[in-house]
Amino acid sequence: MSINNQWLAIRKPLSAKRRLFLTLLSFLLPLSIWSAVSYVDWLWHPMVEIQDKGDVSYFREGNLVKKDIFREENATLIASGGNPAVGVPANPIYLPAPHEVVTAFYTSFTTPPKRRNEPWLHESLIHSVQVIFWGFTLSSLIGVPLGILCGAYSFFSRLHEPFIEFFRYLPAPAFGALSVAVLGIHDAPKIAIIFIGTFFQQVLVISNTTRKLDVSLIEAAQTLGAKKTKLLTKVVVPGILPDLYKDMRILLGWAWTYLIVAEIVGTSTGITWFINQQGKYRIYENVYAAIIMIGIIGLASDLFLAWLGKHLFPWTGRKQSKLSVFFSRLFGPVNQTVFDEK
Amino acid sequence: MTHSISLPSYLEQSPEVRERFDRLKQRDVLLEIKNLTKTFESNDGTITALDNVSFRARRREFISVIGPSGCGKSTFIRILAGLEYPSSGEVRLDDEEVSGPCPNRGMVFQGYTLFPWLTVKRNVMFGMNMAGHGGTETESQAMQWIDLVGLSKFANAYPNQLSGGMKQRVAIARALANQPRILLMDEPFGALDAQTRAQMQSYLLQIWKNVDITILFITHDLEEAIYLADRILVLKAHPGEVQEVIEVPVPRPRSPEQFILPEFLATKRRLEELIHPKNEYESQELPIIRMTPIGDDVE
Ligand SMILES: Nc1ncnc2c1ncn2[C@@H]1O[C@H](COP(=O)(O)OP(=O)(O)OP(=O)(O)O)[C@@H](O)[C@H]1O
Ligand SMILES: [Mg+2]
Repeated sequence: MSINNQWLAIRKPLSAKRRLFLTLLSFLLPLSIWSAVSYVDWLWHPMVEIQDKGDVSYFREGNLVKKDIFREENATLIASGGNPAVGVPANPIYLPAPHEVVTAFYTSFTTPPKRRNEPWLHESLIHSVQVIFWGFTLSSLIGVPLGILCGAYSFFSRLHEPFIEFFRYLPAPAFGALSVAVLGIHDAPKIAIIFIGTFFQQVLVISNTTRKLDVSLIEAAQTLGAKKTKLLTKVVVPGILPDLYKDMRILLGWAWTYLIVAEIVGTSTGITWFINQQGKYRIYENVYAAIIMIGIIGLASDLFLAWLGKHLFPWTGRKQSKLSVFFSRLFGPVNQTVFDEK
Repeated sequence: MTHSISLPSYLEQSPEVRERFDRLKQRDVLLEIKNLTKTFESNDGTITALDNVSFRARRREFISVIGPSGCGKSTFIRILAGLEYPSSGEVRLDDEEVSGPCPNRGMVFQGYTLFPWLTVKRNVMFGMNMAGHGGTETESQAMQWIDLVGLSKFANAYPNQLSGGMKQRVAIARALANQPRILLMDEPFGALDAQTRAQMQSYLLQIWKNVDITILFITHDLEEAIYLADRILVLKAHPGEVQEVIEVPVPRPRSPEQFILPEFLATKRRLEELIHPKNEYESQELPIIRMTPIGDDVE
């Protein structure tokens, strides 16, 4: 009985089948609640969609009215001998049904913008991704080397980390007004917000990761003749690379959470502009579709990076895939000649 | 009741062994340790890890260092490697004072310290790369060392694909590839199982025979110390002082069969006396606890 047959066992892994099943369930569970609320008439449905307005002067066909108002109006009509209105139970406009949102996934891309100079949805999305990309890249260009230096040398750690520790408690959105004043109203202040939100965490997280590197590896390198910069570039950096990569994935996720705040700084742009615009037009299925798209882009890029990571660092796994051999040939300093084994 | 078995004195040497030591003493002193003292400051005050240790190792000697846990063996070898600085005293290698780590003193650690991101071959090439060498010649040199430790099939494997014993063999090859004057080893086989450990001991003797190198080997395994060494440096704990330097009376070449030779056992008994002076459990009456109504006595 070596196989774990229990669904609930503390710190015991589940079989692959059960893991897949539960993964699907984790998405199906919220989806089924949403479907139930949308399609089962007696669940919630606080509104009535008017189908025939009868003798109520201010009702319009297809409009939503509150259930109690609908009942009240009909009661007074029946009392005075008029034609009662007819309607079906409905949810408020801000809660579209799943199928409407699914349709919106397609139609929101194919519907042209209301005004000529406004962007299409895909253009908005690309704009958002660009803001994230530049904010994250600029932050990483400074944050990664600085984090490694802080982790490797007590000097840099003492010189920078206390201030960064303080600064990271300042909420990035608080710098919105300032960054517009300094950088203007285009993308620069938005990129700055992503930068501020990412950079300070990045330095601290990476310096911690660097400090976790096994000291005996550094000592071994020293006894082999590695000194100063070589010690940093040939031992510390490659030693932390797989963990650094994991950190970067997590940090990229944090950068995404600053997107919406960044995009309302100055003029509203990108996916945030699209969401606000659709909200104004009261096309809520498009709002939902856009929000879910952000989630999908985030999750998909993370899954892709996780998959890539497995192949980028072949020494962390026991098996070597073809792709990882390719990468190690591509980046390796020495070509892997196969030696005669005799 | 303990029975005592009569053994010769560990000081008795057969003519061939004595001759060998006479020849050894003719050789130049390679490593000279003079009045080495190391203290650590901690919250509970000053800890004296090493107190006035002096010792000389000659060229091509195999020295084992043994002593109770915490007696400063690691501190000792780390100072020799240059990873730690002495509080007073000095270490001279080839009559030059040692300061800081340098590739002329190779080190093999107890933990596995292979670089996980480099293949076996590139691990072995690391030292040469640091010295500014590269290219195919360095590569074929590295392959020689890998051949020496019997791992040519694994030249392109990553360390996590190797067993513990193989990792330590690569670590030895990596240290030797720098052509050091002395190889320092801090309980290198401590984490291995008994069988692999015995294998590694024979490997190490073979390597020592084939490569002209002086080895200083720390262990807490008495048999390992005797089996490998010409001389054994016995340290005492709190503070770490030299207790005795033993000339091992077991002839070379060594083989595992020698473990039951009288001179081997005599040396082992001497080490036991020095390191575990008396067994705590033998000197006190232990309580008798019955788990069944009828006691099932062994003796
Ligand atoms: N960096 C340090 N700071 C303070 N005390 C230390 C330090 N390094 C070692 N010591 C102390 O020095 C003494 C000797 O330690 P060392 O590690 O050299 O012993 P050891 O003989 O190698 O022990 P073991 O057999 O457990 O490996 C110990 O009491 C230890 O607590
Ligand atoms: Mg030790």
